[in-house]
Amino acid sequence: MRKLSSVFASVLLSVSALFAGSAAAQSLNVDIVGGLKTATPIAVVPFAQAGGAPLATDAADVIRNDFNRSGKFRSLAKSEIVETPSKGSDIKFATWRLLKQDFITVGRISDAGGGMLRVEYELWDVNKQQSLLAQAFTAPAGDLRGVAHQIADQIYEKITGVRGAFWTRIAYITAVGLGNNTTYSLIVADSDGYNPQVVARSRESLLSPHWSPDGKKIAYVSFESGNSAIYVQDITTGSRQLVSARPRGINSAPAWSPDGSKLAISLSYTGNPEIYVMDVASRQETRLTKTLSINTEPVWAPDGQSIYFTSDRSGRPQIYQISPSGGAANRISFQGQNNLSANLSYDDKQIAMVQGNGNVYRIAVMDRSLGGQVRFLSPGPIDESPSFAPNASMLLYAAIEGRRGVLYAVSADGQVRQRLVLSDGDVREPAWGPYRQH
Amino acid sequence: MNKTVRVALVALLCVGAAACQKKAEVKPQAPVEQTPVTEAPATNAGKYTPEDLDRDACLRQRVVYFDFDKTEIKPEFQQIMACHAKYLQDRPTSQIRLEGNADERGTREYNLGLGERRGNAVSSALTAAGGSAGQLNVISYGKEKPVCREHNEDCWSKNRRVEIVYTAK
Repeated sequence: MRKLSSVFASVLLSVSALFAGSAAAQSLNVDIVGGLKTATPIAVVPFAQAGGAPLATDAADVIRNDFNRSGKFRSLAKSEIVETPSKGSDIKFATWRLLKQDFITVGRISDAGGGMLRVEYELWDVNKQQSLLAQAFTAPAGDLRGVAHQIADQIYEKITGVRGAFWTRIAYITAVGLGNNTTYSLIVADSDGYNPQVVARSRESLLSPHWSPDGKKIAYVSFESGNSAIYVQDITTGSRQLVSARPRGINSAPAWSPDGSKLAISLSYTGNPEIYVMDVASRQETRLTKTLSINTEPVWAPDGQSIYFTSDRSGRPQIYQISPSGGAANRISFQGQNNLSANLSYDDKQIAMVQGNGNVYRIAVMDRSLGGQVRFLSPGPIDESPSFAPNASMLLYAAIEGRRGVLYAVSADGQVRQRLVLSDGDVREPAWGPYRQH
Repeated sequence: MNKTVRVALVALLCVGAAACQKKAEVKPQAPVEQTPVTEAPATNAGKYTPEDLDRDACLRQRVVYFDFDKTEIKPEFQQIMACHAKYLQDRPTSQIRLEGNADERGTREYNLGLGERRGNAVSSALTAAGGSAGQLNVISYGKEKPVCREHNEDCWSKNRRVEIVYTAK
């Protein structure tokens, strides 16, 4: 499995400006959209290894790629790292000042016995020659990537003051094959696309994966029974529950409440899709909307006090807000012909959505403090499924290139965009998971 | 003879094949003249039989196409509605699944709604023409089952469709 995973995710990092057009099928490109003047320069020196077999993972590489993807940091290319100190006392600060680096990370890995590794690292301020962090991890050798992501998170938080979200997971759907021979898979992977694992497989369409707040379960839609049905699956045990499979109409668009006790869903057994809130334990449903239009794609506000959803009650799809107990819905999107698929930042300040104008559908983010004004994060023309990282520093979204679905990670300011080509076939429906507890 | 076979083959290929949409638009005139022929055999009292599903030029048309953002049944598909509704009447045990589909623009979830709306429109048209609602089942695939994967209106028009599938003849 591990071998297979690493083949699927055999990832190359390249700046598309340098390698334009030469990207291998299974590569991961960083597309620098604008200048990165605001990005902080940081050097991550390859970690020294004391004893043991050569490691399959270059921890410093993992950290560098995390930083570059974030848009907040610009890490010094490995080829420009001329000295390789592994301890703070070995750093010659003049060298790194000359390379215009603000920060430097050094580290070392040793065999801790029993298949465990000890990973130590230090973060230093180059100009002040001051130690900012010195930490050690002991972890299974197979989890070196996880340790590297946690180191990236600690450094990110130390420098930016914002919790890092590199040590998180993403879910997405792949479609491999053509026509009736297509196999759909629900995949869970690390935030950088590594370690993909199949959670569910189907000969019919899968869509709309949504993480439970504790990161243990995923609600999703499967057509495996012929019609759409909503399932909840435990991603560690694989056990699965059928949540809604009304024979008449659509059963779709599940979204967990922030406390994990409820699912907002869209059902059309009354004739058109309406929003319901289902208590997961009792399966009791409360109907929220009553229109003759399409009401779908519900998401909860972080405080659980309202639900945002897509409705075309005005003639075109727009984003509306409603109380989880029902009542009147307020339209909140006014710019653009079509607005769909809302996704909220953890602090409720930003709402990402798909905005369609003419035949071009792009990812837009509405900053609530700026009176509904939106900024575009993607070029289109068929972009969808925006999903914020738990710290709102980045988003994932799906795009179509040629006949193929691909995923992009984009920094929240839109400055850095990276394509994640995760496997053969179509990739779609990304969902960024919550912070990991373990 | 050879020519006849070829014509028959083309006609067969066109059943349900969206690539023949343009031809399908022209064809509906033919069944208008042929319908009396189908109704002629006195033995069946003018009623459709399961064999007609493969034989009758009108019944063989099982795809209804829609304009962008529209759910109205276009005039050229009224004849198809009429013959399938008649079949439902003639064969009360028959069942149809109406599979609603949408083009790629917009999100997957919203397109599930659009596909269902089109399926419902065909369902209404069939019941209005005499079919029974109990014989009809609408299912929406949204944009999950495109027949064409190009990114242009010609292709989108082929994907905005409802497929009429007989689950019981």
